Amino acid sequence: MKNPFRSEQDAFRFVWLTIGYFALIVIGALINTWLGVAVFVVVTAVALWWLLARTDAREPPVRQTPAASPPEEHRILVVANETVGGAELLGVIREHAGGRPVRVFVVCPALNSPLKHWVSDEDGARSAAQARLDQSLTGMRAAGLDAEGEIGDGDPIQAIEDALRTFQPDELILSTHPAGRSHWLERGVVEKARERFDLPLTHVIVDLDADRR
Amino acid sequence: MTTFDEAHEHHGPPPIHYSSRVSPATLGMFLFIASEIMLFGSFFTVYFFDRVVNHGVNGHWPPTGFHRPAFVAGINTLILVTSSFTMHWADTSIKKGNRAGLRAGLVLTVLLGLTFLLTQVIEYHRLGFNTSDTSFAATFFGLTGLHGAHVLVGLTILTVMMVRAFRGHFSPEHHHGVEIGGIYWHFVDVMWIVVYVTVYLL
Repeated sequence: MKNPFRSEQDAFRFVWLTIGYFALIVIGALINTWLGVAVFVVVTAVALWWLLARTDAREPPVRQTPAASPPEEHRILVVANETVGGAELLGVIREHAGGRPVRVFVVCPALNSPLKHWVSDEDGARSAAQARLDQSLTGMRAAGLDAEGEIGDGDPIQAIEDALRTFQPDELILSTHPAGRSHWLERGVVEKARERFDLPLTHVIVDLDADRR
Repeated sequence: MTTFDEAHEHHGPPPIHYSSRVSPATLGMFLFIASEIMLFGSFFTVYFFDRVVNHGVNGHWPPTGFHRPAFVAGINTLILVTSSFTMHWADTSIKKGNRAGLRAGLVLTVLLGLTFLLTQVIEYHRLGFNTSDTSFAATFFGLTGLHGAHVLVGLTILTVMMVRAFRGHFSPEHHHGVEIGGIYWHFVDVMWIVVYVTVYLL
C-alpha cells in the first residue's frame, strides 16, 4: 500500500480523489438513498483496492559503499530462510570466494505468519530463526568459513537493508527453496532485491529434500 | 537531520535507525495523521450513533427545529479547497526555485484559511442553537469544532512557514518545512470534505 500522504503532491492528489469519492456518493444519495449506499459500497471497494494494490514503483535502489575491509578479503551477505544449512549454499560460497579469505554474514529472517506479525507474536519465529542461524553458523565455521550472523526482519528485503547498515558486502547471496515450494519466489523477492540493492546478487536454489536423500 | 533525498544522494546505506524509504519527518507526520484519523473516527462514531438512534424517534435528521447551513458551509468548502490549490502552488514554486510564488502561495493560503475560520465563527453565531441543545447540537459542534481547531493549528504552521519563506529559509534543495506543512494542510482539507458531506449534506 502506498501512503497517500507521503508527499505534498500525493496529499494534494488525495484531496481531489476525496472530492470525487464524496461527489459520487452525494449524487447517488440525492437520486435515491439506497443508490447512495450502493455507490458508497462500490466506490469504497474500488478505493480500497486502489490503495492496497498499488505499489511504489519509483522506489530508488539502495546504493552500497565499497566494502570497508582488506582488499584481498571477500565479503558475502547470505540471506536464507530454512535453506540456510544447505550443502549447495556452502558450495556456492566457496566457489565465489575463489581461494580468497572470505567473510560471511548470515541473515535469517524471523519468518512469521501475517496474523502473528500483526499481533507482535514474534517470539516463536525469532527462536526458530535463532536455531537455524546457530546451526548454519556452526556448519560454516566447521567448513572453515569466517561466519557471523543475525536474525533479520520477517520481510527479507527489509532484513537485507538492515544488514547493509552494519555489514558492507561485496556481493549478496539469496537462498530459496525450488520454485513451487518457495514463498519468496512467489512474492518475487529475488527480483525486488535485484532492483533495490546495488550489489551483485546470486540466487541459489537449495532443495533440502534432495540434500536429505 | 537526514532527509529522504539526502539518504539516496550519498553512496552507502542510510544511517543506523534511519529508513531509506521514508524520512523521519515524513514518517512522523504520517503517524500523526494516523492518530488524527482515529481521533476524528471517534467523533464520527458518536455522530453516527446519535444519528442512527435518534433517526428512529421522529424520522427526521437533523431533528425538527434544527437547520444546517449547507450553503454557507458549501462556500466555505470551496474556500478551503482553493487553499489546497494555493498551498500546492507554493510547494511547486519553491521546488522550481520560484520564491515569489512560494510567498504568494503561502499568503493566499493563510488568508483563505483565516476566511474559512472566520466564516465558521460567524456561522456558529447565527445557527440559533448551542452545544447543550440536544445530542445533535453537541455532535455538530463537536465535529465542526474539532475540525476548526485543526484549521487553527494549520494556520499557525502556515504562518510560521510564511515568516520563514519571507526570511528566505527555503530553497529548491531545502523545503522540507513547506512539504510537511503542506501535507498537514491537505489532510485538514480532506477531513473537512468528510465532515461537510456527512454533517451538512447527507
